[in-house]
Amino acid sequence: MKKEFLSLFSGVIFSIGLIISGMINPNIVKGFLDIFGDWNYSLIFVMAGAIGVNVITFHLILKKKPLFSDSFNLPLKTQVDKNLIIGSMMFGAGWGIAGVCPGPAVVNVATFKVQILIFIAAMTIGMYLFKLVENKIS
Amino acid sequence: MELIIMPLIGGVLIGLSSTLMLFGLGKITGISGLYSSILTPSKENTWKYFFLLGLFLGGLVFNFLYPSKFFSYELVDSTWKIILAGLLVGFGTRLANGCTSGHGVCGISRVSIRSIIATITFIVTGVVIVAFEGVM
Repeated sequence: MKKEFLSLFSGVIFSIGLIISGMINPNIVKGFLDIFGDWNYSLIFVMAGAIGVNVITFHLILKKKPLFSDSFNLPLKTQVDKNLIIGSMMFGAGWGIAGVCPGPAVVNVATFKVQILIFIAAMTIGMYLFKLVENKIS
Repeated sequence: MELIIMPLIGGVLIGLSSTLMLFGLGKITGISGLYSSILTPSKENTWKYFFLLGLFLGGLVFNFLYPSKFFSYELVDSTWKIILAGLLVGFGTRLANGCTSGHGVCGISRVSIRSIIATITFIVTGVVIVAFEGVM
């Protein structure tokens, strides 16, 4: 239960962070990407705040052991491969079109707006399609 | 100011949340990965579902308390664009094994070359798409 409650609490904190920073607002996100137009640079400060904290804490934490687990469960791949590049381009394209990425999408589901529900349904399908071809690609 | 202070504070909260996940569970907070686990439901994934529930609950409470302050916006005005965007985000994040939280926040903080490259790639692509739409 400890892991579950810690996750729940972390999720709420993450959600609040996304909300008050404006990251759940697709117009603010697209504003950041609108470098050649009406540029909204606030996303830079969101990243600065998050990375600023984590650069210090991750470094310290990774020297020890997790509280409720025997070991760390970190991503294994270290090579930059074509899946990473193509996948990032696809994600970036979708992000640029709607201004929504997974985290804000889940937070926005709480508004029950039809547009958001359509987005997250499509996102889920996209993830499912990847699962179908995963073995052929990876 | 509003482009700096609240974004910074929000970012710090995002950092604290992912710090808590690493410290408590030893996991990276990559939301595309966490969300995709709903496609393969299992008891081991319960902590992931609780995190997603937390995201949702935060939205629920804030949308109830401050709907106009934080939630008054519309998505792009075209259903097919929303569907296309969703498909690209869904497939792309899985192919890249990460998104803005996984690669952008956590990966960069671990000084992962993969995440740095991924983040630059998806931001540049996003910029190109928005610029392209601006010209259309």
